[in-house]
Amino acid sequence: MRHHAEVPFEFSGCVELRQMLGLRAQTEKELVGFLKQVSLDSVYYHTHGSLLRHRYRAGVYSNDFATWVAIQVRDRVLGEQLAVLEPLDFENLDNLRQKIISVIDEHLKSMTIVPRVVYGEPFDFIESLIVEVPTGTKVHTLEEFRRALSEVDDRAIFYHALEAKVRLERKRNDFSAWLGDALDLPSLAAKVEALDPYTGGLERVRVQMLAYCDEVLTTGRDL
Amino acid sequence: MNTIRLNGYRDVSPKGTVEFLRCLAERVRGRRFLHVSSTRHGGGVAEILSRLVPIMTELGVDAHWEVIKGNSAFYTVTKAFHNALQGQDQTITKEMLDDYVATNFANAENLSLEGDLVLIHDPQPAPLIERRSGKGKWVWRCHIDLSNPQRQAWRHLRKYVAKYDAAVFSLPKFAQRLSIPQFLVYPSIDPLSVKNRDLSPAELSGILDRLGIPRNKPILLQVSRFDRFKDPIGVIQAYRLVKKHCDCRLILAGGGADDDPEGAAVLAEVREAAGHDPDLIVLELPSDAHLEINALQRAATIVLQKSLREGFGLTVAEALWKGKPVVAGAVGGITVQVIYDVTGYTVNSVEGAAFRIRYLLNNPDLIARMGEAGREYVRREFLITRHLADYLTMLIILTE
Repeated sequence: MRHHAEVPFEFSGCVELRQMLGLRAQTEKELVGFLKQVSLDSVYYHTHGSLLRHRYRAGVYSNDFATWVAIQVRDRVLGEQLAVLEPLDFENLDNLRQKIISVIDEHLKSMTIVPRVVYGEPFDFIESLIVEVPTGTKVHTLEEFRRALSEVDDRAIFYHALEAKVRLERKRNDFSAWLGDALDLPSLAAKVEALDPYTGGLERVRVQMLAYCDEVLTTGRDL
Repeated sequence: MNTIRLNGYRDVSPKGTVEFLRCLAERVRGRRFLHVSSTRHGGGVAEILSRLVPIMTELGVDAHWEVIKGNSAFYTVTKAFHNALQGQDQTITKEMLDDYVATNFANAENLSLEGDLVLIHDPQPAPLIERRSGKGKWVWRCHIDLSNPQRQAWRHLRKYVAKYDAAVFSLPKFAQRLSIPQFLVYPSIDPLSVKNRDLSPAELSGILDRLGIPRNKPILLQVSRFDRFKDPIGVIQAYRLVKKHCDCRLILAGGGADDDPEGAAVLAEVREAAGHDPDLIVLELPSDAHLEINALQRAATIVLQKSLREGFGLTVAEALWKGKPVVAGAVGGITVQVIYDVTGYTVNSVEGAAFRIRYLLNNPDLIARMGEAGREYVRREFLITRHLADYLTMLIILTE
């Protein structure tokens, strides 16, 4: 364990601008058809973007495809099959897209008619444009890291925990990489890497990270 | 004079927002952001720009706001055009369209239209794109409901919109078939404006006394123009169904109808439907009665917006900000503001509205819980600070 990192951790937040793609699905077949065409930025918006929205808008499931088929089409079975997909289990967004497509295709094979929206809202494909916003906060020690983490906007947690790993395709999330490499805390880094934002949300990730940091600071050694 | 500065939003916006906006603005410091609209006073666009532009300037953005001018014939044409784009039947002649374009070109001679980003608000100044110069990006910001436009009107406007670098709409359903990027930006309310700022108990009481509003019964309130799309008669019918079970009072408050023949007819129908019920109050307010509307929304127990058709319907966000549950028609932007069973209820009929009003009146704890949820939801999604972040992000994305 190193008390003072040579390379500081620099906190960044992010902002999102939503671009509408003009693709509007009324049926599950159209949904899967459009999903094959859209950019990975759109797959990202509909599978990870809910974490940037207020929890009331985020929908019942963590990805928009699951929420739409369950709530608007009222196809609960497909909704549950899509909801259970864990985005961070996939190496990249294209693999995640292929899995979603295969789940919907398999489901459609078992149906005699294609489920569609009757009274609900259609599915509008949107693309996520994310801009990094450096906050100017730099930390060198675990104490400083813990203090800054407790105060940063939740968009900073999104940026370092998800944007870094999923879209910027860094091997580990930024928190985990710095804690492991710069502070030589491999067990803490592994615990942080394993945190699941999709079911508990970004605040839960923050709370759990703070608890892990407190444990290390209290005992003076890695977890 | 606008004296509110960014720091004024520190206590009303989500924690850390002001610092975050300062960091965001650092990336575009010194860039020229020009807004062009058709009026400096009155209406939602002017209300928001009168705050956004000074705050952008405070953040170091070279922000400007130009306004086009026209004679009364121009505004008659643009009003008809505006209505046609929102789906109403209007006759628009070639002469009218020629006048609309000529007025824009005359304005272009007198306006400074340079900017790294030029944001043209609504259809009135859209033809200015024909006079663009310099290397800046031009974006058309549509604040109206374009989900079902009259074809001829949209065909004409589309000629100009297609020449922009991007367009911005308030809801996905308002977006159009265009080859340019189309961004989604929700409108917003200003929590420090006269219509939304906190009122002291004495101030609130004084305004309600002046309006003659008794406070001895739960108040149901709908604030809207006297317009059939706002379904004021449906609201009265819902109130009557509720009244059989719960003692309450209904207030229908709306803008004056003097210059709007249809508005006057609807107001007459509303007065007739109201009859002599002492618990049914129809208030005709001037268009600048922001303080009165603020007080009425704060005095209400439940706010209604039983629209049959709606653009974004920011009166819903105003009510949620004041901690009121909203029972509203499931149309337009209401569906992104009213989260069912969390901030209120969306309904599809008079009966549905009556049922949910009764349900809320009989569950006062739920009213309090929804009110709190609604305020927090608006704090994050529908305040001017979020709107500012969206525009700054657009400036970064389009000009880097």
